[in-house]
Amino acid sequence: MSKKIGDVILDLQNISLRFGGVKALTDISFNVREHEIRAIIGPNGAGKSSMLNVINGVYHPQEGKIFWHGNERKKMEPHMAAQQNIARTFQNIALFKGMTVLDNIMTGRITKMKSNFIEHALWFGRARKEELEHRQKVEEVIDFLEIQHIRKTPVGRLPYGLQKRVELARALAAEPSMLLLDEPMAGMNVEEKQDMCRFILDVNDQFGTTIVLIEHDMGVVMDISDRVVVLDYGKKIGDGVPDEVKNNEDVIKAYLGAGH
Amino acid sequence: MLYREAGQFKTSYAADQQLFPIRQDRIGLIVLLAIAFLGVPLLASEYWFSAILIPFLIFALAALGLNILTGYAGQLSLGSAAFMAVGAYAAYNFQLRVEGIPILVSFICAGLTAAGVGILFGLPSLRIKGFYLAVATLAAQFFIVWCLTKFPWLSNNSSSGVISTQKLMLFGHELNTPVEKYLLVLSIVVFMALGAKNMVRSTTGRAWMAVRDMDVAASVIGIRLMPTKLLAFAVSSFYCGVAGALYAFCYLGSVEPDGFSLEMSFKILFMIIIGGVGSIMGSFLGAAFILLLPIFLDIALPFFAGLFGLPFSSATVSHIQILVFGALIMFFLIVEPHGLARLWQIAKEKLRLWPFPH
Repeated sequence: MSKKIGDVILDLQNISLRFGGVKALTDISFNVREHEIRAIIGPNGAGKSSMLNVINGVYHPQEGKIFWHGNERKKMEPHMAAQQNIARTFQNIALFKGMTVLDNIMTGRITKMKSNFIEHALWFGRARKEELEHRQKVEEVIDFLEIQHIRKTPVGRLPYGLQKRVELARALAAEPSMLLLDEPMAGMNVEEKQDMCRFILDVNDQFGTTIVLIEHDMGVVMDISDRVVVLDYGKKIGDGVPDEVKNNEDVIKAYLGAGH
Repeated sequence: MLYREAGQFKTSYAADQQLFPIRQDRIGLIVLLAIAFLGVPLLASEYWFSAILIPFLIFALAALGLNILTGYAGQLSLGSAAFMAVGAYAAYNFQLRVEGIPILVSFICAGLTAAGVGILFGLPSLRIKGFYLAVATLAAQFFIVWCLTKFPWLSNNSSSGVISTQKLMLFGHELNTPVEKYLLVLSIVVFMALGAKNMVRSTTGRAWMAVRDMDVAASVIGIRLMPTKLLAFAVSSFYCGVAGALYAFCYLGSVEPDGFSLEMSFKILFMIIIGGVGSIMGSFLGAAFILLLPIFLDIALPFFAGLFGLPFSSATVSHIQILVFGALIMFFLIVEPHGLARLWQIAKEKLRLWPFPH
């Protein structure tokens, strides 16, 4: 697999995030290059999810700068991240439980739809055409993730592993240039993990999507990611290719304790 | 064996996305509409039109409005009757003050006025959720009724705010028989129900449901929470407003502010709870159930009492009605939170497999 890793597209500089007196992130800098798989690891409570929330605008850091494609990003709202082609999945599945798999994935394309509610009510012209065009795209994602058999099932009835996959489908439906995955393999069995790894690699390979991933399974992280950043207590303790990080003293200390 | 989708293959997404993908459903709906438009006007008596069918359709429309807001967009509201009042008074004022305005246009304007008021009272929903929002919409309920009583201009200076609606002129023809009024209400309700169904199956509806089910995920996907919630308030109030205008013009003929009480708001809420939260058909089932149950009890209870030789008075009937309503609402909340519409859906799923259980 010869992958072309491009320039830096997301650059985070000296990010600090506090909730009242609690310091969630302290002075963290790292960057993400185009087309790479970037992993964020660290013990529980290290600030990994907060980091993702900073990237897509759910949290606003008190200090630091974020550059997206070279431009400094102003204070942003979550829906603006979607418009900038950043999609994400959540640690605890955040699907729309009352809707079918198909509707959930269709929702992922919402920023690409132009028709308004009056056109929808009359099911007229643009509304009808858009619905069909986007259905086509959504079906491609469904094929890609091999979930054809459940497309009309309400997501609440699906097993955990499939729900995770539907959530990935919803994120992919937006055709993101950057995909943030918050523990995509948590709570899965070996087989499901293998499937998920395959999908992540395929997404990266076929669509060239940049992936930022949080994961606890070290085997997976070391195998699939191009570069890894390690957080502990809201501070960055390691950054580099998997082999480098594996042999980093601070990282070993954080994971295995000071005794080693 | 009748209800089967076997052999109905969909070869295009257009065919798969149509309103009623199963052929039997389509036939059923056409038959139902034919009965409603052609059969009923020939068969039903005047009492049926003015006491049962017209109020049923009007309340179904109001329940539909509330269902859009509460069932689809997940914003609990206790102000439906107030928005109906806005619609009723607005339609009256447009008829009164705008020279030669057609009745249908003033109904639309009434809906739009209600939508504007709905957006205003929907603003708190941007910060508060659930019960707290319900309390905020309760303010709408009391404030609007107070306004209509307080400002005589709104009721053209009539005493205690009572208004008598103008004649119903449609294309130069006066609608004065119950049958004509029934057909007008039916057409409007069918058209608006179709619009609601289309909205909830497209992007608008998906955005509402996404906000209802998981608002953080919805905003990360790119749904802007504020416009989405306010649109739900606007559309919902528009439906309630038109229902209110029809309530005044086609059902009662003369209304007062106190008629649009909190009790009526609750009645509409009960309709969607019993009928089915988040279901267009549920709004109709719920309205039918709530309106027909008292009539059924009125007839059935004295009969059974007579059968067992028990003493009976009309007061007992109304007491039993309240008991039955309370029990039913508790029953539905506990056993089937998705209401009659869900029961109907389960029945259809069973029927599809019948007579084989798997």
